Amino acid sequence: MKTLIKHGRIVDPSQNLDAVMDLMVEDGVIIALEKEINEQAEEIFDAKGLVVAPGFVDLHTHLREPGIEAKEDIVSGTKAAAAGGITRIACMPNTKPVVDSSIIVSGIKERAAKEGYVHVEVIGAITKGQEGKELAEMGDMAMSGAIAFSDDGHYVDSAHTMMVAAKYVSAFDKALICHDIETELNNEGYMHEGVVSARIGVPGIPSISEDIAVARDAIISEYTGTHVHVAHIASKGAVDIVRQAKKRGVNITCEVTVHHLTLTDEACANYSTATRVSPPLRSQDHVDALRAALKDGTINAIVTDHAPHAPEEKDVEFRNAPNGFCGLETSIGVILTELYQTNLFTINEIVGKMSTEPANIFALNAGSLKVGKNADITIIDLNKEWTVNSMNFYTKGKVTPYEGKACKGKAVATMVAGKFVMRDGVVCAR
Amino acid sequence: MAKATASLSGRDILDLDSMTVEEYELVMQTATEMKKIMKRDIKKVPSLRGKSIINLFYENSTRTRTSFELAGKYLGADVVNITASSSSVAKGECLRDTILTVQSMACDAIVMRHPLEGAAAYAAKVATPVVINAGDGAHAHPTQGLLDMFTIREQGKNFKDLKMTIIGDVLYSRVARTNIAAWTKLGADVHVAGPMTLLPRDIEALGVTVHKRVEEALEGADVVDILRIQLERQQKGLFPTPREYARIFGVNEEKLKLAKPDVTVLHPGPMNRGLEISWEVGYCDNAAIRTEVQNGVAVRMALLFLTLTGGKQIENAN
Repeated sequence: MKTLIKHGRIVDPSQNLDAVMDLMVEDGVIIALEKEINEQAEEIFDAKGLVVAPGFVDLHTHLREPGIEAKEDIVSGTKAAAAGGITRIACMPNTKPVVDSSIIVSGIKERAAKEGYVHVEVIGAITKGQEGKELAEMGDMAMSGAIAFSDDGHYVDSAHTMMVAAKYVSAFDKALICHDIETELNNEGYMHEGVVSARIGVPGIPSISEDIAVARDAIISEYTGTHVHVAHIASKGAVDIVRQAKKRGVNITCEVTVHHLTLTDEACANYSTATRVSPPLRSQDHVDALRAALKDGTINAIVTDHAPHAPEEKDVEFRNAPNGFCGLETSIGVILTELYQTNLFTINEIVGKMSTEPANIFALNAGSLKVGKNADITIIDLNKEWTVNSMNFYTKGKVTPYEGKACKGKAVATMVAGKFVMRDGVVCAR
Repeated sequence: MAKATASLSGRDILDLDSMTVEEYELVMQTATEMKKIMKRDIKKVPSLRGKSIINLFYENSTRTRTSFELAGKYLGADVVNITASSSSVAKGECLRDTILTVQSMACDAIVMRHPLEGAAAYAAKVATPVVINAGDGAHAHPTQGLLDMFTIREQGKNFKDLKMTIIGDVLYSRVARTNIAAWTKLGADVHVAGPMTLLPRDIEALGVTVHKRVEEALEGADVVDILRIQLERQQKGLFPTPREYARIFGVNEEKLKLAKPDVTVLHPGPMNRGLEISWEVGYCDNAAIRTEVQNGVAVRMALLFLTLTGGKQIENAN
């Protein structure tokens, strides 16, 4: 079966391309990309006025399966991704049980291949049960297809354990994704320590809790040569440490979330549990530093840290709410509204940070529209105006700090392996 | 004194940041009338007859709960006390359900004390009756702020340009946050001092001057508010020993001499004698601590009256 996408503005940083062209897909693969394709096809998609980009890749999500399906499962999570214009997601191992053995890695991959709407990559745990003590079977998990390892949600407190993990995993050429927030400093609070926490009385978490942790793991990366990828970097001090490390040639990369780029701790001022997240939403100076680091290449990727929770878990007092909220269905719209429509970033830069670069960090077969590549494609209407309404979400976790936000720009079609899984916001039957 | 034109009818009272100076004034004037009622032989008026008030307390409290209870009863309301440890809360009921349950019994006001910041705002969002915050975590304690305001005014002190000093554990103190909000709004010059581990980072942004030494903060002060120090802060390692706290941060007669001779000494209670406040200071002529308690009832009567009736039956109260 052939699908022809006509007259779209092809934006593909992997080949430095930004031009109106036609693109032909056959059997899940891109077979032609030319100025004008006049061949026959079973399906023709008129992309006039739309951006055609390599499918967006989200390196940081929580699918909650196995074990915590009240919050999310592979079907609802991948539907949410498809709805949001994301064709490939990596899921974190903090499930029940924790993804710390190869059978769980292959189980998730198998179920996702059978029931999922987008590609799912699996991240295994660094330590057994994410307890920070004994190494998990990272070699075995790597052989079952885990793309990287992380104790996401927890800092590996012991420098010794982290060092051993870095050395051990180097034999498998895999990266460690680090949730770099020093535990004791983090445990002191529930939001960013600053003017807002001083005013509203919620105990604060000092931003240096991140800097200290990132510094340690950058040093471990430099010493062992192992690739360290810093998850959800959110402090100005931490991005500076990564910037300096990169200058020295350290094998370190990092990602930033949509919310840390677009919200400040002022959002917490009314105690909305939809703003409780780790790391916490920080002050404007940190947001400015994150945007500058995204611009100068210090930050490699934009992610969602999609972390759905059941509604009743978030319908509590601020301190009692779990960290995190859903993000897959708002990421493109929010980023386009806040970073593209404001002329801070070009669409090429945004596609680079949400598709090509994240794919490259872990050498995924994605992030490119070159002939011969997987036909994973995100089609975007830069001018579509819409309002965030969690009632329309496919994710089970309806809580979002962007509820009611007016956005400009949206993914209007998502193609995974040559088949449309979303058209006009509606997820299609698989 | 200008007659206040503001109204608090049907309003939730969550903090003093969200109230205007005119609204403070209205409470002050009404509390003056209420204090007269308290001094009567028969301290009961029918202003809130037929109204019911639920005291929902998730934290231990003697003075605030009793004060609210008596305030309601002096005005003729029916008052019911719920303490979390002996209610369905102990069975795991969430805050939303507890509030929905009590409001289903047709109560007119919920007075809530809760250990977590923002709980009062949450309750106000969920509940249809008036919600009065009787303290939410380290956030706010508006009735304490209003009773302190009443006490200071009663001594003939106007807030404008007064040097007002808060000493102690500001970090975990809802009383400190409340008074900083109100006093800065009223144009006072607010100073704080205490162990640096118990002062919030960026507190200067709230418009106060921070001092490393208590003596500097006390110098020439018109009002001194001494905060209670919880011994668990020392157990958390935030200051070395109670002995050192008393010596360096505690207020004794000698240190108090640095303040103006007519300084008003406030303490929200309960006091740790010999720790944050010496025995002598607690009982000195400048100490308004017992007056605060008395005024607390008057201010709470005023607030219940204003929120539940809109102040329309003030004649009945007189």
